[in-house]
Amino acid sequence: MKHLLTMEGVDRATLASLLDDADEFYEVMHRPIPKVPALRGKTVATMFFEPSTRTKLSFERAAKALSADTLSFSPGTSSLKKGESLKDTVLTVKAMGADLMVVRHTSTGAAWRVAEWTDLPVVNGGDGAHQHPTQALLDSLTLRQHFGSLDGLRIAIVGDIRHSRVARSDVFAFNTLGAEVTLVAPPTLLPPDLTGWPATASNSLDDVLTEVDAIYLLRVQAERGGASVFPSVAEYRERFGMTDARFNRLKPDTIVLHPGPMIRGIEIDGGVADDPRCKVLEQVTNGVAVRMAVLFQLLGGSKDA
Amino acid sequence: MPDFTLQNALVVTAAGLADNSDVVVADGEIAEIGQGLEARGEAIDCAGSWIGPGFVDVHTHLREPGQEWKEDIATGSRAAAAGGYTAVVAMPNTEPATDAGHLARYVVDRGAAVDLVDVVPSGCITANRAGEKLAHLDELWAAGVTIFTDDGDSVADAGLLRRAMEYLAERDGVVAQHCIDAGLAAGGQMHEGEVSSLLGMTGVPRQAEEMVIARDLSLVRLTGVRYHVQHLSTAGGVAMIAAAKAEGLRVTAEATPHHLYFDHSFVADTNPVYKMMPPLREPSDLDALREGLRTGVIDVVGTDHAPHADHEKDHPWEDSPFGVTGLEWAAAVVNTVVKLEPAQFFSVMSSNPAALADMTDQGRLEVGASANLVVFDPTGEANTTRTLSRSSNSPYLGRELRGAVRHTIYRGRFTVRDGELAELAGAMG
Repeated sequence: MKHLLTMEGVDRATLASLLDDADEFYEVMHRPIPKVPALRGKTVATMFFEPSTRTKLSFERAAKALSADTLSFSPGTSSLKKGESLKDTVLTVKAMGADLMVVRHTSTGAAWRVAEWTDLPVVNGGDGAHQHPTQALLDSLTLRQHFGSLDGLRIAIVGDIRHSRVARSDVFAFNTLGAEVTLVAPPTLLPPDLTGWPATASNSLDDVLTEVDAIYLLRVQAERGGASVFPSVAEYRERFGMTDARFNRLKPDTIVLHPGPMIRGIEIDGGVADDPRCKVLEQVTNGVAVRMAVLFQLLGGSKDA
Repeated sequence: MPDFTLQNALVVTAAGLADNSDVVVADGEIAEIGQGLEARGEAIDCAGSWIGPGFVDVHTHLREPGQEWKEDIATGSRAAAAGGYTAVVAMPNTEPATDAGHLARYVVDRGAAVDLVDVVPSGCITANRAGEKLAHLDELWAAGVTIFTDDGDSVADAGLLRRAMEYLAERDGVVAQHCIDAGLAAGGQMHEGEVSSLLGMTGVPRQAEEMVIARDLSLVRLTGVRYHVQHLSTAGGVAMIAAAKAEGLRVTAEATPHHLYFDHSFVADTNPVYKMMPPLREPSDLDALREGLRTGVIDVVGTDHAPHADHEKDHPWEDSPFGVTGLEWAAAVVNTVVKLEPAQFFSVMSSNPAALADMTDQGRLEVGASANLVVFDPTGEANTTRTLSRSSNSPYLGRELRGAVRHTIYRGRFTVRDGELAELAGAMG
């Protein structure tokens, strides 16, 4: 594996290998000194052309826990404001000695272009509404830790599927790992064509509520046009929100996931967000572990170093 | 200007096909057509090739004035000649937009100075293509403009479009429409379908094209204007044009090489060389467009040659502009994927576009006509190793295409000789 650009087409063995390594790094993270020298001397550049807090922090935390150095790029203070192109920006950072780039960008396929231009290993940290593969890995790890395996699990992904790179990544990873995925959204938030999606679709959360092992709630993404596609937030909450009442109807072992940031009162009620069956904080911790595994594999690190 | 004789080709004349025949060119005109003619001047063997009227493109973006870093009238004319063209219609979305007489005359004058193809300006329908008030249609008409379009945008205001149609119907001008409803296409990056859904990009549904055609046909019934649909991309649009023709409306339609060759699956790796508007659609649409050219429902191939510099295209998809080049390979693309008989091939490449643009010196191969000719080898390999355009945003570079432009003859002299631009080879007659 030279890059991690998408979850579409990644095979089960590759996913399992990353998750197995992530389990080991999860253990590292819980040592008294949560750091290993595996990537000492390597430099990871986090190129976030779209604002991000948690993903950027998580990648930097992962790199540092592997003893790699980090170069951090943020659009607000950068040469982009002076008109420099994406291509020149990434070539400049490569020339400073980056060994791997994590790229987040508002445009679809940006990480592909960076991989072509730089010939460095590239991790897609989110491109438009297309892919966010490390999110799928951390979600898969969270489910695997809880259930032991994703084989035969029934998972509902609820919300703005149309504008969600998380959904586009999760649906392939979950399916490849053996789960059955149902996409739940109003018609305006489902993709126009589901050919090629290894999932079924429903317009009713209540119809699938009692049949699933995990509910994956997506944030309503106003910045991607999500807010103009249903009449009111109140109506969305009424039909698709994980309210306390809906939470009480779930099977007792069903868990709730969310990629963050959560908007309490819209897609999730406060009582659900704070319940132990809501795995949001485990997901955040696992994010560091899977990103350690990805950086470790792409940079050819050695566990014995 | 030396006389010469093209020999032993399939000659596609206004009167029909003449096999194994010669064309004598003397004093810039076609002097004789027939078998075994006595050669005048240099004799050039064209065995295996078709000789027909030079190609005419009714949809070319030459970018001059205002965007000469992408293309100018000289580089665009070279690319056109290399593609077998002897005339092009320049689109008016220049900077400033061609919405007044002096701007149209500038394009005419620059084209004449370059003198590689006839460069005929089209004019805007609305001032500065802003869709708010009529352009100087009178001045444009006086400057020789007969095709009017806000290409790049549809004229959204039906009342304004109706007035333009009424005005131009009186003069028998052509309203050419870029048929994409701005609301339905808002934010659209590519065809709405399986590929856009997987990529997470906002799509442009087929209905964005069909709606504008439907509305416009209604206004054509009202006004009687000659109406041309640019870059048709949908099977539904083809069916609407067929019905309009059956009804007797004065409607023509155009297909681009890229909509004939590529479908939306080429967008899957988000390489912006496949980004244009309207977008690449589905195989069923390609089939309908190809069939439309065979049956004559679609009248012309128009390149929508749209040059953009590397520094503009070398970005992720959404940050890259719409448009691809195509003048140099349009004939090869049509020959490769549509496989037309020679007569129909020259109808859609030459005579129909010349008639649409009211060109009298183009689109016909007959004795006494100005010698605007192309020698096209339908079995030869197209040269996809280079481009003469200033820009290289072509999806055909490096691709195998069947059909080679051997010679292009513009007003009796070679602009392309043996596949190379005569001007560059220093052999201009």
